[in-house]
Amino acid sequence: MSILVNADTKVVVQGITGSAGSFHAKQCLEYGTNIVAGVTPGKGGQKFEGKVPIFDTVEQAVKATGANASVVFVPPPFAADSIMEAADAKIPLVITITEGIPVNDMVKAKRFLQGGATRLIGPNCPGVITPGGKCKIGIMPGHIHRPGRIGVVSRSGTLTYEAVFQVTGLGMGQSTAVGIGGDPVNGTNFIDVLKLFNDDPETDAVIMIGEIGGSAEEEAAAWVKANFKKPIAGFIAGASAPPGKRMGHAGAIIAGGKGTAAEKVKAMSEAGYVMAQSPSELGTTLVEAMKRKGLKV
Amino acid sequence: MKIHEYQGKQIFKKYGVPVPRGIVVRTADDAEKAAKELGTKVVVVKAQIHAGGRGKGGGVKIAKSPAEAKDLASKMLGMMLKTIQTGPEGQKVQTLYVEEGLDIDKEYYLGVTLDRATSRITFMASTEGGVEIEEVAHKHPEKILREGVDPAVGFQAYQGRKLAYGLGLSGDSVNAFVKFCAALYKAYVETDAALAEINPLVRLKDGSILALDSKMNFDDNALYRQKDVVEMRDVAEEDEREAKAKEFDLAYIALHGNIGCMVNGAGLAMATMDTIKLVGGEPANFLDVGGGATKEKVTAAFKLILADPAVKVVLVNIFGGIMKCDVIAEGVIAAAREMKLTVPVVVRLEGTNVELGKQLLEKSGLKLIAADNLRQAAEKAVAALKA
Repeated sequence: MSILVNADTKVVVQGITGSAGSFHAKQCLEYGTNIVAGVTPGKGGQKFEGKVPIFDTVEQAVKATGANASVVFVPPPFAADSIMEAADAKIPLVITITEGIPVNDMVKAKRFLQGGATRLIGPNCPGVITPGGKCKIGIMPGHIHRPGRIGVVSRSGTLTYEAVFQVTGLGMGQSTAVGIGGDPVNGTNFIDVLKLFNDDPETDAVIMIGEIGGSAEEEAAAWVKANFKKPIAGFIAGASAPPGKRMGHAGAIIAGGKGTAAEKVKAMSEAGYVMAQSPSELGTTLVEAMKRKGLKV
Repeated sequence: MKIHEYQGKQIFKKYGVPVPRGIVVRTADDAEKAAKELGTKVVVVKAQIHAGGRGKGGGVKIAKSPAEAKDLASKMLGMMLKTIQTGPEGQKVQTLYVEEGLDIDKEYYLGVTLDRATSRITFMASTEGGVEIEEVAHKHPEKILREGVDPAVGFQAYQGRKLAYGLGLSGDSVNAFVKFCAALYKAYVETDAALAEINPLVRLKDGSILALDSKMNFDDNALYRQKDVVEMRDVAEEDEREAKAKEFDLAYIALHGNIGCMVNGAGLAMATMDTIKLVGGEPANFLDVGGGATKEKVTAAFKLILADPAVKVVLVNIFGGIMKCDVIAEGVIAAAREMKLTVPVVVRLEGTNVELGKQLLEKSGLKLIAADNLRQAAEKAVAALKA
């Protein structure tokens, strides 16, 4: 088992003929992901890589192929529309890779999803991968992953890769790695993913990577303290970031004295996370967290 | 993106958010003329810089005559205004806003921004206007009223009434405040703002409601559809290198240390800075070259880093995922040769084709210091400073 995606996931790629969409769709296919359809308005009827059928609308793609997950590579001005289109087609999981979507567009898209059956991951995220199911939906390098029992959840792409790489290097592997994205408005937060890992019998321990800005890490820490049963290691990026400056990610900004790394590290430590001081120690910190809970490594 | 107070008030005016009368000036003589034209008993001379905290820093002064307005303006123009938000060197004052004096009855705080927890644009109002609102938020969160707006229907009148009565307003001021908020919400949404803050918002003795100050920030991701807002950009207020970085689509932020950083990914870039500090160094910058860094981008990034005279060591930290390490190594070597590097460069590569990348770096003949992980890279960078 795993969370969110597995060998049965049938993926439709929105924006499959664009430069990012086609490049990464190819990489996902090579990894073994079951991509059943692509969508590019105006290119319906064509084939991607000679085998994946392309449709004009998501609704058509779902009807014809039974796709049950979507990945969005559509450029920022049109991405929110694509998310809503996928939700309208009743796709249960929409993973949005696109970086740079206007906040107001996401506020509307998230309102549109409210009360519906669609879960949004991202935007501005690397995606989701379940190595055991050969299912990679996103832009992460597939070859650093190994099937295993460690869950990874992160706001940052490259830091997820760091964590995954070290876990693999220590001879372990990942059940599922989830990037929730670095934007201020996102579909799925830490708590949503931690709940899934908590209930997944094939996840033994979790690494959670946060960054400055907002209060998602503090909220996750409060939830972990009350509910989470498994060993958990953490890291927060941005301890040295100056206030008022946007550190690359739209959501990574210390505003009004809120969202500092110190507050987050404190909340997480008190909630039972074992915290890494540097991303170099993500793997060893995880091992420490597992040992403290009496797990064999 | 940030704009000046007077520009924020131009936007307010366009959307029907009431503001005092004011005139933008760039010379002391024009300040005198503006004071005469406004014709009120007193006028307020306000320095226009992007940083907040201007009042405490001496950037907002009352003039009792046009002659005094001229005198104040001559002192303010060209001064390095230091506030809690400018940093120790301050920000040069080049523009002033001369505003009419008003019969103020009471001051309030009103702010509009995204509440991440609810994913809704949210109004925040407080009777503690004019003071440090952040301190109020910290010590007395109950003194801040909040109203989240449902994006499907927009700001509703009842929300305005809740805030108005919550602030203790009465009579005509209630309706004036409701209209004020509705206009402000429209201005916020239609300009793709990220923050609209009015501190203070004032009630005059006649009951009317006015924005005495204005602070607006905008969503950088939406600037492509906000031509009018983009025209308000004042590059003199921005860090020269940060502006240059934008041209190359690089996320760069200048800091005060001496270890230049080049990293892919925002999270890893922050973590690199953190680790440098952890081992006793000081990062000179934040720089994310992005996931698809090309040789050209790497070169541009190197130039940016080395344009900072404080940089004594460069730390390159790349996790090659989709990007292959050998390609990145080629970029680093090409940039190092083109720039005729004189400072030591510590390189930490990991990921796809890492062995090939490391071989290329070794064979290049350049004085590159290799590191196996981030902490080691940071330690080697700090050691290189002392060497």
